[in-house]
Amino acid sequence: MSHLAITASGLGKRYRLSHQSARRSSLGHLSQMFRRSSADEVFWALKDVSFEVKSGEVIGFVGLNGAGKSTLLKVLSRITDPTEGRAVIEGRTGTLLEVGTGFHPELTGRENIYLSGAILGMRRTEIDRKFDEIIAFAEVERFLDTPVKRYSSGMYVRLAFAVAAHLESEVLLVDEVLAVGDVAFQKKCLGKMSEVGRQGRTVLFVSHNMVAVQNLCQRVMWLREGRLVADGATSDVVRQYLSASVSAQNERVWTDPNTGPGNEKVRLRRVSVKRADAGPNELISMSTPLMVEVEYWNLTPNAHIHVCLNVSNEQSMAFTTASNETDHMTHDNALPAGVFRSVCWIPGDLLNTGIHGLGVLFRQNGRKVVLRCDDALSFEVLDLEDRSGMWLGRPPGAVHPKLTWKTSYLGEESQLAAHDPEMVSLPGGTSV
Amino acid sequence: MKAMSAAADRPAARPRVVIEPSRGWTTLGLRELWERRELLYFLITREIRGAHRQTALGLSWIFLRPIIYMLLLSLVFGRIVKVPSDGVPYPLFALAGLLPWTFFSNAVTKGARSLVDNLHLIAKVYFPRLMIPTAGAASGIPDFAASFAVFLVVLKYYGMPLRVEMLAVPVLFLLTLAFALAMGFWLATLSVRYRDVSFAIGFLLQALMYASPVIYPVSLVPVSAQVFYQLNPLSAIIQGFRWSLLGTGDPPGLAAAFAVGMILLSLVSGAYVFRRTERSVVDVL
Repeated sequence: MSHLAITASGLGKRYRLSHQSARRSSLGHLSQMFRRSSADEVFWALKDVSFEVKSGEVIGFVGLNGAGKSTLLKVLSRITDPTEGRAVIEGRTGTLLEVGTGFHPELTGRENIYLSGAILGMRRTEIDRKFDEIIAFAEVERFLDTPVKRYSSGMYVRLAFAVAAHLESEVLLVDEVLAVGDVAFQKKCLGKMSEVGRQGRTVLFVSHNMVAVQNLCQRVMWLREGRLVADGATSDVVRQYLSASVSAQNERVWTDPNTGPGNEKVRLRRVSVKRADAGPNELISMSTPLMVEVEYWNLTPNAHIHVCLNVSNEQSMAFTTASNETDHMTHDNALPAGVFRSVCWIPGDLLNTGIHGLGVLFRQNGRKVVLRCDDALSFEVLDLEDRSGMWLGRPPGAVHPKLTWKTSYLGEESQLAAHDPEMVSLPGGTSV
Repeated sequence: MKAMSAAADRPAARPRVVIEPSRGWTTLGLRELWERRELLYFLITREIRGAHRQTALGLSWIFLRPIIYMLLLSLVFGRIVKVPSDGVPYPLFALAGLLPWTFFSNAVTKGARSLVDNLHLIAKVYFPRLMIPTAGAASGIPDFAASFAVFLVVLKYYGMPLRVEMLAVPVLFLLTLAFALAMGFWLATLSVRYRDVSFAIGFLLQALMYASPVIYPVSLVPVSAQVFYQLNPLSAIIQGFRWSLLGTGDPPGLAAAFAVGMILLSLVSGAYVFRRTERSVVDVL
């Protein structure tokens, strides 16, 4: 079963970016029609993309927006033509570029199952056979004869995915469909996707969700500006991709004591954030402990100076603040003039994923702010944990600490009604 | 288990798809069209059902439309303008012309708009694109059938007999469909590049209606203009319908044969032109 399912060699797709707004509106366009407009900009959405996929492989495509991932899927699914190159696909190809392709809002759920199934390439007998399975997966039994425009968005998406998920093609091209739907639905979809992979079918999967990619794919290809820059084992390529595209600034240094952010009292020399357990250029994930270093010049002798850190997330909410007042070095002592370094450790399993901002604040005598630098640094916390079988979206909330839980069985209702003081009385002594 | 049963009705040989840049003319892909014929059926029913849902009168519209149109034409052209009608009651005369004309004009409009209207579909999944204008054009079939039923009722009302020549109606209908498809393919292709086409279609159809014997008989056309008049295949189709349904005019002859040739030529050329542009549709629209 290890024959090739897809062979792509030198695929390229060129677009002409003509400046249409001015042209299309006037009759002047008629004269331009005949001149092959040379002013058009040429843009290669894909260039020299070659790869081979064995039958049964589940492959992820990663890359920033506009890197050519969707264009590649469109070319492979014959929605648009390549400009150059060639690809050969062995077997029936199913395309899932959006959820609900071909759904007609006025038609009922039942009618749309057949319509959408036929559009995706299923035969009528195949849909007949899978019909019960589809509606069971979508949980819409009661609304089969209701027009889908009356469906809640959740029902709509479930039904649409259910049809597509039951498509029995040897090759399945999937584009970011997991971005829609609620938590339970995402779980279900991912379960179905990994089931598809286990059945020995070939899946090409485009996603921005690195957790999903890591849990579903054995092999990942990374596209950048239309070119394939890496192709290999999932964890390697995902790390390469993330290291290159993490848009954070992990360290800033000001070498001159006269130009750094600051004033005559205190001036910043260096701020950095890195993993406490590894080198400076390693990726930061939710479970890694962090080390924040702040170096500064204290310019007035005998000053009572404290450093404060403000941590904020993408919604620019400062959700926590920490000060080195508790550090015995600075607690009650006046500092001599000179260079200082304050280090703060942030434990692992505390921060949530996303880009975090770090602000630095200096206080004198415990209250007066002498220097404030709101966006000293930024760093990105990635979700790189292995969470197979669980939800792969971003956990909600500003922080995501690992808390301790313990669940124990207390017996049946009747047994514990009589005596269980711990359960029924609150600390104040009032019973409920 | 499920995989097993699925494998059973899978075609023995895996289909092999080769993706390459399109250069010049390609085949019509008739085999693929045949393989996916179920989809054509679903696309047609989608057009039909989608259009009639949520109207208060629902399906009765397909009967009401020809009746209202017939009454209007009879009032204006039969009673007021007093257009001659080759010796048959004007309502019957008008209906026999409206039968192919209404189907044709709706089919052309839908066919021409189909690519632009279904862009969301075309951009997300591959299937033989020829099905899109075909489904648009063919979705008028129930309306045609309803109009035909209305015609039979009016025929009965005027006490006119059924004729053997009526057996030619299916052939005439197929010719109407073929010509509508041909126009649909051409206009859909053009509308991809020039949205202006959708504005022009209204005028084009109106001009074509006046250039065809829909509301007046061919006998009103001056003899010197008859030759040019017969170049319009629709004129031959409408004359064929009147001959078959009402017995007016001559049986189809040389002009009709010429019309059939024109229709087939425009259909095949339209399909090839459409196939040539369809692969870049998504990039242009």
